[in-house]
Parts: sequence; C-alpha cells; structure tokens
Amino acid sequence: MAIGLYFALVFIGWINIYAAVYDEQNATSIFDFSINSGKQLIWIGTAILLITLIMVADYRLFQNLSMILYILFVIILLLTPFIGKEINGQRAWFELGIFRLQPAEFTKFATALALAKLMENPTFDLSKFTHQLKALGIIALPVALIMLQPDTGTAMVYSSFFIMLYREGMPQKYYVFALSLVGLSIFTLLITNNWYLYGGIGVLILLLILISKKSWKNIAGILLLGILMLAYAYSLDFVVEKLPPHQQNRIMVLFDPDVDPLGVGWNVTQSKIAIGSGGLFGKGYLEGTQTKFDFVPEQHTDFIFCTLGEEFGWVGSLIMISLFVLLLLRLVFLAERQKTRFSRIYGYCVIGLLFFHFSINIAMTVGLFPVVGIPLPFFSYGGSSLWSFTILLFIFIKLDAHRIQILGRSY
Amino acid sequence: MYTGRSMVVAVSIGLIAFVLLGKLFLIQVTDDSYLRKAERNAIQRVVDHPYRGLVYDRNNSLMVFNDPVFDLMVIPREFSLEDTSRFCDLFDIEKEKLIEAFNAAKNYSWVKPSPLIKQISKEEFGRVQDFLIDYRGLFVMTRSVRAYPRSAASSTLGYIGEINASQLNRDSSQYYVQGDYVGLSGIEDYYEPELRGRKGVKYKLVNVRGIEKGAFKNGDLDTLSVPGENLQATIDLNLQVYGEKLMQGKRGSVVAIEPETGEILTMISAPVYDPNILTGAKFGENYQALNKDPDKPLFNRPIMAMYPPGSIFKIVQSLIGMQEGILTAKTTFPCNRALVNCHNHPTPVNLFGAIRNSCNPYYHQAFRQVINREVSSNTYKDTQIGLDQWRESVLKFGLGNRLGIDMHGEKSGSIPSSELYDRIYGEGRWKYSTIYSLSIGQGEMLVTPLQMANLAAIFANKGYYYTPHLIKAIDGDPSRIPEKFRTKNETGIDAAHFELIQDAMAAALYGTAARAIMEDIEIAGKTGTAQNPAGEDHSVFIAFAPKEDPKIAIAVYVENAGWGGRAAASTASLLIEKYLAGSISRPELEEYVLKGEFIY
Repeated sequence: MAIGLYFALVFIGWINIYAAVYDEQNATSIFDFSINSGKQLIWIGTAILLITLIMVADYRLFQNLSMILYILFVIILLLTPFIGKEINGQRAWFELGIFRLQPAEFTKFATALALAKLMENPTFDLSKFTHQLKALGIIALPVALIMLQPDTGTAMVYSSFFIMLYREGMPQKYYVFALSLVGLSIFTLLITNNWYLYGGIGVLILLLILISKKSWKNIAGILLLGILMLAYAYSLDFVVEKLPPHQQNRIMVLFDPDVDPLGVGWNVTQSKIAIGSGGLFGKGYLEGTQTKFDFVPEQHTDFIFCTLGEEFGWVGSLIMISLFVLLLLRLVFLAERQKTRFSRIYGYCVIGLLFFHFSINIAMTVGLFPVVGIPLPFFSYGGSSLWSFTILLFIFIKLDAHRIQILGRSY
Repeated sequence: MYTGRSMVVAVSIGLIAFVLLGKLFLIQVTDDSYLRKAERNAIQRVVDHPYRGLVYDRNNSLMVFNDPVFDLMVIPREFSLEDTSRFCDLFDIEKEKLIEAFNAAKNYSWVKPSPLIKQISKEEFGRVQDFLIDYRGLFVMTRSVRAYPRSAASSTLGYIGEINASQLNRDSSQYYVQGDYVGLSGIEDYYEPELRGRKGVKYKLVNVRGIEKGAFKNGDLDTLSVPGENLQATIDLNLQVYGEKLMQGKRGSVVAIEPETGEILTMISAPVYDPNILTGAKFGENYQALNKDPDKPLFNRPIMAMYPPGSIFKIVQSLIGMQEGILTAKTTFPCNRALVNCHNHPTPVNLFGAIRNSCNPYYHQAFRQVINREVSSNTYKDTQIGLDQWRESVLKFGLGNRLGIDMHGEKSGSIPSSELYDRIYGEGRWKYSTIYSLSIGQGEMLVTPLQMANLAAIFANKGYYYTPHLIKAIDGDPSRIPEKFRTKNETGIDAAHFELIQDAMAAALYGTAARAIMEDIEIAGKTGTAQNPAGEDHSVFIAFAPKEDPKIAIAVYVENAGWGGRAAASTASLLIEKYLAGSISRPELEEYVLKGEFIY
C-alpha cells in the first residue's frame, strides 16, 4: 500500500512538472528529455533502480552501515562549502556531469539511520538528560554544517526528528514549552501594537491565577511565567528587527502580503493567485495560465503545488493531500508494528521528515509559512530530493518486509 | 495500534492536513479575487482599431482616406544603443527627445513595448526600414492617419486628434479611452459615430514577460473591429478647389448651395490651409501655428462669422411687404435723401426700381408701414407689436437662429426683438425712428454667410429651402442622412411674389455688378456691402443661376474688399460658370479676381 501511494504521488508530481513547463506554442512531449518533465523521468527511472537495489540488498546492511554512512555524509557536508558549486549564494551542490546533487538531501536518511542505531539499545532512555544530549548531538552536527552553506530551509527540516523523539519518550514538557513559544511568537508578530500584546499576556496571567490552586508557590510561578513571556515578546520584536531585511520581509509577508508585492511578496502573492484561481475543480490539465506562463517562480520545484492547485482546484488538492495523509498514517501503522526499536525509530524519522516537508511546503505556497526553500516530497522536480525521499522511504519498507527476521536474529 | 503518543502523532497529521485544506478552501472556493487577479496577470486586452470611414465628394471623388504611418516601438529591456548620434541622425530625432521617450517607455514597462518615435511617414519609413535590423528591441507598429488627395475643404472636413478630458467625461457610452482619436471639428466631428466604426477586442494570453501565448478561450470572447462607414459629401470637389484658388490671399467666405436640395456644393473659409498639415506627427506644431495666425484660418467663417446683411436684406423686406399686402409692384416712394442717404437714380421708384437701384429711402418708408400698422394708438406700443410680427416673418427665412447644418459651432446670427430694444433703450422708450436702419439691413442685425447663401436658395426656390447640409449619403444610403435635411422649410411667402424679385435681381446686375453677367447663363444677384467700423467694408454678393430652373445659389464674402459689385460678384460669377459650364470663358475676370486689387 505504501508503495502504491508512493508511485501515485510520483506520477502526479511528474505530470504536474510537465504542466509547469508546458508551452502551447512550443509544445513538446512529456517525454522530451530537453525539458524538465523528461529529465524527471530519468530521475524516476533511476529512483526505481535505487528501489531495486535497496530491496535486493541485505537488510542488515542498513543497520550495520548506519554510523559509517552518517560519518561519510558529515564529511561530505564539511567539504561542500569548499568544493561545492555556488548557486543562488549557496554552496550546496555537487556537479555530476549535467546533473547536480545536493548532499544535504542525503544526509537526512543517514542521520535517521544514525539516530535509529544510537537509540536501538534498550538501555537508551530519553528521560535521561545525557541521552537526550546524545540524540540531539547526532541531529545538531549536520544542522550546523548545513547552516554554513547557508541553507536555512534544509536545516529546519532536521527539527522534524523531534516527532520521532516524542514517540520514543522525550519528556512532554519540552513540547508544551516549544509549542507555547511558537504560539507566543506568532501572536507577537501578528499583533503590531505591543500594548495589546502586553495587555493580553496580563489577562492570561490573571486567568491562570484565578483557575490555579491559590498557593504562594503557584502564584509566584505564574507571575514569573508572565514576566518571561513579556521579556520574550519584547526581545522577539527586537531580534526580528535585527534580522537581515530579506528574512524580515519573508516573515512580515505572512501577515501582510502587500509588504512588497513585487519583491519578496511576489512569490507568495503569485503562488496564492495561481492556487486561488483554481476554484473548486480547477482550470483543467495544462490550462493553468499562471503556472504555464511563469508567473509563479520556482514553479516546478518548491512551488510545484501551485500547478496542482490551479489546474485541479480544491478537489485536486483534497485528493493529493489525502494521499499524503494516507501514506503518513500507513507509515505510522507500519512503524508501530515493527518488532525492533531500530526499525520503529527509523520509521518515525521517515514519518517526521515527510510530514514536515509536506506541511511546510504547502503552508508556504498558500502563505501560512515563510518562504523556505524545501521541496514537496515526490512532487518537486529534482533528482536529489526524489532520490533522497525514495531511499528514505524504501529503506523503511525494506526493514518492514524483514520485520520477523530482524526480530529472530537480533534478539 | 494507534495508542498513546503514536495516536498524538496521527492526530497531528490529520489536524495539519485539515488546516491546509481549510486554508485552500478559503482561497480557492470562497474567495474569487484570486481568479480576477490571475486574469489580470495573464490576459491582455488588445484593442483592434477599426478603419475610419472614407469621405467622397458628390461625384465620388475621394476627399479623405487613411494613410499608413509607422510607430517605432521599443522594448526597453532588449534595447541598447552604442552610437546614439548615428541613431538620431538616421531617425531624424533630437537626442534629448529620444532620451525622454526612452525614459517614458522604461517607466511604463521594462518588458512591454512603448512608442519611441511616433508617426513616421511612409517615405521616411522607407528610408530607415533597412537599418532597423541593426537594433534589437525595436519593432514597427502600423497605424493610419487621415490623408487628403487634394488639398481642399479643410475647414469643412475638419480634423481628428486625441480625445480630450472633457470629451472623455461626456462620453456616457464609455466607448472611448484615453489616447483614442476622434473627430475634433467639421464632418469628422459631426459624423464621428458613423465614421469611427466599432473597436474590436482581442483577449490574448501573455506570460510573465508580456510575451504573447495565444488566444484566451480560443478567441471566443474576441470581437472583430467594424470599419467605419463611408460618407458621400455634397461638396463638388472641383468647384471647391477652384473656389479656394479664387479666394487665395483673401479673407472671407464662399457658400454655394444646390437650391432644390439644400446640398452644399462648396464651402470655403479663407484663408484656407492644407488639411494634410493637421495629420500625423506635426499636428501639434502646425495647429499652434494656425491658432496664432492673425488671419485666423481655424475660424470657420461660413458658419461662425456674422455680418450685418446690408442691402441684400432689402429683398427680404420687399417679400415681407408684399406678403403683408403693404407693397405691390405699383407701390412707389420718393427717393427722399433727407430720411437716409442714397445714390443717384431716378425718383420716385416702384418696387422693381427700388430693388434694382437698392434705394435706401424707399425701404425706410416701406418698412415704417410694415412696422406701424396703427393697431395701437400708442406709437411705442404700436412699434413694438409691429417689430415682433415682422421678426416672426424674418425668422422663417432661416435668419436669427442656427440653420442646423451638420457641423458643430454654427452661429445663429441675430434678428432683433422688442425685448432687445427694451433692454437697450428701456420699455416704451423706442419707436420706428430708433430702429429704421433695420429697413436696409443695418443696425442690430447679424447674418452668417451660410444664412446668406440659404437666402439666395430661397429666392431661387421661390419661397422654401432645405436645411443646408454637407452629407448626401451614409454608407451609400441617402435615406440615412438626418430627417431634418429632407424636410422642406416654408417661408410663408407666396411663390408669385418671387417673380418680381427674380426679375429685379437679374436686372440689378446691369447697374451694380456688370462683371458678374455672363453671355450664356442668366444670373440673378444682389450686391451688398457689410459695413465694417474697423476698416474697409466687406464685399458681399449673393446670386443664383440659371435664373430659370436654378441649379446653384451662392453667397460670397470678401473681407475688406469694399463694394460688393467687384470682388464678391466676380468670384461668384466665376464659380457659377465653373459649376454650370465646367470651364471658364473669361480668363481676364479670373485674373482680376486672382490679382485681388479691389479697392480703387
């Protein structure tokens, strides 16, 4: 079932890439290798080759190689800033003939394998602070290296491992704290008049005091929380003002798309126009004017969702998002039935990565999240991302296929 | 299977998906502003300008057509110049103007075309055509401007130009947009709805760089432009050209009408200008020059200039007098120069003699009888009643109101009413002795040359006229001209009264305008002199011919040329001969008119 969903998504992605580059007056076949849909077909073909390789390989290989792969990719990441090719101000690419590869994409599954390897030991306990630090260390190393390129979007992706860590018993309070912080940040940026914000925090504190057990300790704690919230809100405004202008705008555009409609706002504005003009049923395949005529930048890579939204409308989006949700829920089901911690941990890493990419990418195209350059799994044009997601997913499927044996041999 | 924390993960996935679908629903289904923005992005409305209708003369000679001109368009992003001065030499443009035009283009759009040099003529385009390939980002757009095969009838045909702000505001149908060309005067203005045709619209798809990507919805929404309708003017182009030649170096008006239809055969406002100068790139410059010219060539004299009618008005007085039963052929008055000055002629005179000799005292006395009928014992009251009755009769001759020619800007002239004198002198403080100069066409009375020509037509028709007009047929169909041009206007004067008038007018020429007399064509005419307090009097003459079965009625005004018997009568006579005979048998008279020395 997961394999079926994978191929469905890859196929839909492929025809959308064709739609994004389609030009009526110079119509080329979807198989034409000079256009991106043709090239994507090569990537799909090679991805199938990779799948075959993974499926025929010994399942123990991944467990055994995990740390070696991790170290290998960390070294490659270390080297990329020096030997990589600079594109758009980022040194994130390796050139291989006419194709370019992005090592950071592949580090994702290597990190997932390394985490699984680290945490498979039954004595590993995430409620212990030192163990937490070990896991975070495995994640932080590639993140730090990717930030050097610098590629904030890809670096952000590594936060998706917290979904796995949550499943594996990371204390809940961290998540409550982090989500509150995110909520507070959103309100801080959304409410431009600071006095309303401070007033709101004040009201919240009063309410908390009213509903809490009235002990001096509780009241003192809640007041301290209030002071911290105020301090955070104040300092966030301060920090946002200190950000480089282009990052500042990327954030502000979320709240007011007219900040800079022809500059930074252009991507989001045009992306929303393309998707929004799709209506309920869309304009029909290859009939989308906004994507076909290049109004949306990066429409075959990070903004590929626009093509789908414009040409297939809300119903198309519903079907596509449903396929993703089905895949993710299926993966949760698969992960939970694993007999080994290694397979389950790895499975949750896959779930986290796919979920993060998928939700952030679509949120970005509809203007719910700042523009960060991360692809839509299986959809976006590009060999690196298709390969890395394929490898990521199929290692898990391979592990799942051998779940009985793994149990028998390891324990 | 989904329990505890795995359940939380699963629910989070569903929740996020739900939020995304919700947001998508908002922008895709509930909000249609994105659809409109998408259309604004990708659909370009291209207006297809129709071909403006042509104008032919009454004999189907072409008067106005459309001539292609070329706008040099630039796409700023693709355009660059290495040798600016060579480019300027080539295209005959000043460097400053080039830079100005290029900056304007850049400000409009970096990627969409804007005009760099407007309205390059065919000839000039032929010269620079081959060099165009040397420059990237330039292309040529063809437009058309009005052109005139023969330089004639400029003030009648009018000109076209960019629509101005007030016209745009008045356009309730929202047909026009900024930059459209419309008729601004003359026939071009009056028949704008017929001539302009209908604009077509094409909806094109364009990509983000403004490059065309095919038709929107396969062109289902596109409309074709409908070319303007051709007009047939009543003008006789040969006569018009000849008349303009005769009026060279003079100021004044000529209006010739076909009496039985009201069709205007020729209408000249001198000095004339070449209609071709008010087309194309030099429009603004040339218009300014014409506007500043002290001879006011843009002032359309036949319908705008107003003069006292002078002696010619005596014919109208005679007709009203006869119709009222006050004058008959036998009515005589002495030429009493104590009343008003006159010239030497036998006295007393009857009505025929009064017209023939243009006797001022005769009309002074006759007009008193028309005005003072003793309907009231109060002289003042009696004069007031009489004047208003008389005025009613005069208005029926097409005087004192606009005739309603198919041209905007016509003046009404003026025939005084009792209210006017009440305003000037006070009620009950004026009587016949105050207003007697009206009897000989002087005083508070003004007439346009067009009205004067129409008078000649009334005399020729023996009592009726058709409103003078310039267009015979729209799109080949005579029944489409306005109804008012096909309606007979009666003066209320019995046709029988015109016999004496016509005979007297024919006879008058022997005394006052012998130059106008032709051997083969019997002509009836009357000279006049419009008094001009600012200088030499204006020379005026009206006539119709042939006297039996008239085919042409004409009024000629030559400003500051003195007595009507010389300049105006000679010009009118030549035009009548040209129209009726087709050629001129009196070269010495033609030379006399062309030489233009009438004051001696």
